[in-house]
Amino acid sequence: MNSSMSAGYIWTIIIVLGVGTYLIRFSFLGLIGDKDLPEWVLRHLRYTAVAVLPGLVAPLVLWPAATDGQVDPARLSAALVTFGAGLLTKNVVAAITAGGATLFSMIWLMGAY
Amino acid sequence: MSRATQKSYYWTGFRTGLPFLLVVVPFGLLFGIVATEAGFTSLQTMAFSSVVFAGAAQFTALQLMAEEVPFLIVVATALAVNLRMAMYSASLAVWLGRAPLWKRALIAYVNVDQSYAVSMNRFEDEPDLSLSQRIEFFFGAVTPVCPVWILATGLGIWFGDMIPDWIALDFAVPICFLAIIAPMMRTLAHMVSSVVSIILSLVFSGLPYNLGLLVAGVSAMIVGAQVEVWMKRRAEL
Repeated sequence: MNSSMSAGYIWTIIIVLGVGTYLIRFSFLGLIGDKDLPEWVLRHLRYTAVAVLPGLVAPLVLWPAATDGQVDPARLSAALVTFGAGLLTKNVVAAITAGGATLFSMIWLMGAY
Repeated sequence: MSRATQKSYYWTGFRTGLPFLLVVVPFGLLFGIVATEAGFTSLQTMAFSSVVFAGAAQFTALQLMAEEVPFLIVVATALAVNLRMAMYSASLAVWLGRAPLWKRALIAYVNVDQSYAVSMNRFEDEPDLSLSQRIEFFFGAVTPVCPVWILATGLGIWFGDMIPDWIALDFAVPICFLAIIAPMMRTLAHMVSSVVSIILSLVFSGLPYNLGLLVAGVSAMIVGAQVEVWMKRRAEL
């Protein structure tokens, strides 16, 4: 790591990110409180999780940092198996187990790493 | 509401949150390892995990700091990664907004992807739960996740060198998210919304400051809501 990263710099980042992240998390819970939100807002909020999480994951699956952004058959198939198992079983543990097993067997089969 | 039932909702939440140990442990270990390699002291690494308490943003900040990116861009990018939590906060406020302020303040601190996802699933599946049952469930679900995140960071600092590369810790995060997302595909609107999210986030992945994810998230929310309206209209015809 570079020498310019002083202790003061690191602590400033930690504190600013800590406060900023907390304010984001508190935002609506704190401000709205017990006021009712209009139906059209609620309708949009129902899709928050399915709108954000898949977009967060997609680049990680297709272009993993561990393989320098190259598509990796082991990680890609593990991702597909996890999602498929989750769809079929509706069970988070089953999906994680199936995905993890696929990842390790593929890595072992390909002799990668 | 009897005390026994309330207690059981805490434990129901706890059991629902338990599988995330499979994810939080490797992710926390990985952060401890990477931060130490980047030159953070143990105290700084532990403080980072307990004060910021957001894995994806912590990794993002660390990466940018290592690249000697200017301070404001480090902060703006890491906070942009966390902006999704404003949407979590808004949708949780619908179900937990009537809780007293101090409880909401505490809920906000532990409002992470996993606790948010399983709680929303539960609240939507059982809309008749009382406010106190929902709060019990939420805190139950975060109990196995939160202390372990900090603990795993510590383990990563101290035992990081002993973990072999083939464990592929990096992929614990995508696998976890996929396992959470799949059971959420309740209706056509949910499916269309997630497909839009994937396509747009890939198309806009070149945008700076992680703005691509914001564009994708907001658009996918609008599309999901529109499909819902459209399906309701069709059902009424």
